[in-house]
Amino acid sequence: MAATDSIHSIDTSAAFIAGPTPAADWLLLVPVVLPVLAGAVLLVVRHQVRLHAAIAIAAFGLTFAGAAGLLYRVVTEGPLVMTMGRWLPPFGISFNADALGATFAAVASFVAFAGAIFAVRDIDATGRRYGFYPFLMLMMAGVNGAFLTGDIFNLYVWFEVFVISSFGLLILGSEQRQIDGATKYAILNLVATTIFLITTGLLYGALGTLNMADIARKVPELRDSGPLMTIAALYLLAFGMKAAAFPLNFWLPASYHTPRIVTSALFGGLLTKVGIYALLRVFLTLMPVERGVMSELIAWIAVATMILGILGALSQSDVRRIAGFIVISGIGVMLAGLALGSPMGLAGTVLYAIHSILVMTALYLLAGLMHDAAGSYSLHEVSGLYRSNPFLTAIALAIVLAASGLPPLSGLWPKVMLVQAAVDGDAWWLVLAILLSGFLTTIALGRVFALAFWRNSPAADTVISDFSATGKAHSGGYAVLAMLAVPMIAIGVYPEPFMRLASAAAAGLLDPSGYIHAVFPGAGS
Amino acid sequence: MESVLSILVGLFFAVSIYLMLSRHTIRMVLGVTLFGNAVNLTIFTAGRVLREVPPIIPDDVSTPQTLVANPLPQALILTAIVISFSFFCFLLVLAYRAYQELGTDDTDEMRVAEPKGEGLPPLGY
Repeated sequence: MAATDSIHSIDTSAAFIAGPTPAADWLLLVPVVLPVLAGAVLLVVRHQVRLHAAIAIAAFGLTFAGAAGLLYRVVTEGPLVMTMGRWLPPFGISFNADALGATFAAVASFVAFAGAIFAVRDIDATGRRYGFYPFLMLMMAGVNGAFLTGDIFNLYVWFEVFVISSFGLLILGSEQRQIDGATKYAILNLVATTIFLITTGLLYGALGTLNMADIARKVPELRDSGPLMTIAALYLLAFGMKAAAFPLNFWLPASYHTPRIVTSALFGGLLTKVGIYALLRVFLTLMPVERGVMSELIAWIAVATMILGILGALSQSDVRRIAGFIVISGIGVMLAGLALGSPMGLAGTVLYAIHSILVMTALYLLAGLMHDAAGSYSLHEVSGLYRSNPFLTAIALAIVLAASGLPPLSGLWPKVMLVQAAVDGDAWWLVLAILLSGFLTTIALGRVFALAFWRNSPAADTVISDFSATGKAHSGGYAVLAMLAVPMIAIGVYPEPFMRLASAAAAGLLDPSGYIHAVFPGAGS
Repeated sequence: MESVLSILVGLFFAVSIYLMLSRHTIRMVLGVTLFGNAVNLTIFTAGRVLREVPPIIPDDVSTPQTLVANPLPQALILTAIVISFSFFCFLLVLAYRAYQELGTDDTDEMRVAEPKGEGLPPLGY
């Protein structure tokens, strides 16, 4: 093919011949490639359902190790870039890990690892034969791919990968209510990703490039002539829908309580945060000026999302649906930081996202354990868990404190940072909304705790025998909850390293020159 | 050429949004399909419609010397077609299953997951 290279050829072709990739750089692909490979292996052994859990847990453990290693490398040495097939950017598809993407990928892989362990007990042989673990593997490949890609069309592809895998997880079991929830989830999510694709088409038409670093370089040249505000508004619509921001959030409470509880937990923890990640990436790395124009709008969306979300939680009696509305309320809190756009506000958003991934997964898993212990999700029926399951009560208290944003757990510090940023930005109504939503969350979850744990069960005498029966069966679930509680407590009592990480991620967003320079080493920043 | 295609894209979007505003799942699914096709045409138009020359670069240079047709939109559209087609298949089966299981294709009457009149949570012990 290249045999006839003559002396006339310009030396750009030499730029396409580079040295071999350093072995350590391959770390960038581990969080994506490993789940894809493991998913393929699981399909090969789909009839040996007993092997599934072991393969999946091992693969997620390695994925988490890889993502954690990537995060360490990115924090110590700066953004890491790899372009597929050595077609140098902007032609090839880049993978681009900065502090933000690597942080999200590491936390997401950790939560998926915990979910895979929890699923050992939650998903029976039928569910495994139906393909729970392969779907979970491919969903995580999509989520991690979205966090690490440096190409906006590729981001769309990863969105579709995790959305179609999530359909499979959502209808696993084929109950009536699951099909009902999945219909609404599938259609609305498909519309959202299609709007994302429309916008990407328009962006490509305006700029002629899809590489995010290249877009970030070229956007300023087009600010006077191109339809950039339209593109930014459409991105807000598409990602707001994915993140379940008001008024596009109604698919979430319609569907998230219907699947198996471990699926709900991973959806609630991970999927909406991919929308938040995409909003941060597009509005800060690519279009910071357009974000500034829309900041007031984003702030009002944030206020409506957090207040109406938590009001929804107050009106529900099903623990899983309460959790769904609390997920929405948390999205509002994260959008507040995006609206402020200051270093402190964005660091608060990143830290809140880390906290929210952990605590929302834990909250759904807690609901699952409450159901196992008491036989129901309804607050009308669950009671007396304090006496029958004291250890579960202790973990539940920790999760309630964390989700409400009370010390000494992880919810406090991101809210402190966001309130501080809102005070600095003279947005008193945003301060008020964040504090009010935190207060209402405390009431909603405090009521769950009071009714399900403190209230005496009607048959208090029979409880002791229940305890011996249920206490043993749940040890795996307890272990997973304890595993999720460790980072929650760590962020709560020793927030310093996590705050520094979030600040580094926010700094990388606000000044994308490091990101651009990593992709185009020759370009002046 | 671009203006004709733009009008066509607008028509596609209008029809698909009209269909998606319906409460009946089968119309929504058809609307979503048309929506996907509208996007494909958008990307095609956004990539500029050029007929001059196929994008083949001679041996002795490394960049195209004349105005050539843009090959990238076709790669993007091909990806989008595959994705939207697989989603359409899934949605079609899902809508049919929902009709079988729930006995209706009106989304307002699909209330199994969110039953009406659930009432408030307990307000005291």
